[in-house]
Amino acid sequence: MGINKPQIGVLAVQGAFIEHERILKSLGAEAFEIRQLRDLDRHLDGLVLPGGESTVQGKLLHDLGLFEPLRKKIVEGLPVLATCAGVILLAEKIAGENKAHFATLPAIIRRNAYGRQLGSFFTENEVAHVGKVPQTFIRAPFFESVGEGVEVLSRTASSNTADAPEQIVAVRYKNQIALSFHPELNSDTSIHRYFLKLVG
Amino acid sequence: MADQNRYELNKNLAQMLKGGVIMDVTTPEQAKIAEAAGAAAVMALERIPADIRAAGGVSRMSDPKMIKGIQDAVSIPVMAKCRIGHFAEAQILQAIEIDYIDESEVLSPADDIFHINKREFDVPFVCGAKDLGEALRRIEEGASMIRTKGEPGTGDIVQAVRHMRLMNQEIARISSMREDELFNRAKELQVSYDLVRFVHDHKKLPVVNFAAGGVATPADAALMMQLGAEGVFVGSGIFKSGNPAKRAAAIVQAVTNYTDAKLIAKLSEDLGEAMVGINEQEIALLMAERGK
Repeated sequence: MGINKPQIGVLAVQGAFIEHERILKSLGAEAFEIRQLRDLDRHLDGLVLPGGESTVQGKLLHDLGLFEPLRKKIVEGLPVLATCAGVILLAEKIAGENKAHFATLPAIIRRNAYGRQLGSFFTENEVAHVGKVPQTFIRAPFFESVGEGVEVLSRTASSNTADAPEQIVAVRYKNQIALSFHPELNSDTSIHRYFLKLVG
Repeated sequence: MADQNRYELNKNLAQMLKGGVIMDVTTPEQAKIAEAAGAAAVMALERIPADIRAAGGVSRMSDPKMIKGIQDAVSIPVMAKCRIGHFAEAQILQAIEIDYIDESEVLSPADDIFHINKREFDVPFVCGAKDLGEALRRIEEGASMIRTKGEPGTGDIVQAVRHMRLMNQEIARISSMREDELFNRAKELQVSYDLVRFVHDHKKLPVVNFAAGGVATPADAALMMQLGAEGVFVGSGIFKSGNPAKRAAAIVQAVTNYTDAKLIAKLSEDLGEAMVGINEQEIALLMAERGK
């Protein structure tokens, strides 16, 4: 990680951003909140797009003037860790909807893919380059398909039904790591360590 | 029967709602307006609290068909209210796969002693509280989210402020207690030692805590956030006002940037008329006194 702490901006317009900050700080990174445009004045080594409600976050990104500057940074290669709602912000296409948000990740994502809250579940599974990690899915999306150059990091079956098919729940595309589940809700820090390695 | 995993998942959903605004809606059209304005979730109910207050009489769980209409209209989580202690209403709400049940003092209580045993349910529950004891008792019963009771349907923030401050003071007091004092405090609060111990060690509730009851303006929302609320419920404040869509969007932004007074000043311009409101001295029915 070098002498200087990596500076990680955590999108903090709505959702579970404090949980990410806590883990990043425990790993020796500097985490700060992005709530409005002036928060982008400082140097940024990485970006976290946390869980929450993607409709709310998407709207606030525009209302607060954050959308274009953040999209530009992602396109230019800023390392990004996106979880749940954050993945919906990144995906090029949202199944069944005409609108996308940043659209920087060549993939089709399905929102609330496991149904309502009763479909939320917890399991443990392998993630490529990382190992076995706890996976908490809260009204989670999954990837229906991914485009060229997108590496699938994890396929997981919902534990709700015995014969549930495996779905793509974690991918990496260049500078973007996108997870349907919430590594910030467990004490395991291996996903965040993997992200900080990408940050350099 | 809910297991520990399910309870964690339900607390996790509340974490995802943090920094958000949950809005009362009575029709699919209102639900769409709320979602477009940036609501993190909607609360489906037949009448908003101000109208329940005006109409009087017994108020109950909403028609499941109306709730389903709202579930179909939006993609964000949908909550609905059942009466305090009315576990059969809660069973019905679980059967239609509601995302969160509010066992709420806004409706007429069905039981004047017992709350619902929320541990028996797979769907999550949010409950109102006006002090730490009430909050912890609801959590003991299985609530995975707490909100201040405030005084619903009044547009008067004074009670929500009182409840939030009281909870914070009681949490601070427990945090500074000697360990041997915690046992007695648990007895006084009528909750388990483990819960009191958690508050002592973490200086917070074990679940997410929102503000509710009387929020009518962006400034009200910012006030509650600065007092430590992790998000805000807005009931009558939006759809009883002059321009619901604009007011809703302004409150959403105020919750995100609750310390930026310049921004909130701008957000507060030209919102049209706020709900008229009733002062606490003018109301005959104190809903916050229901369910202790």
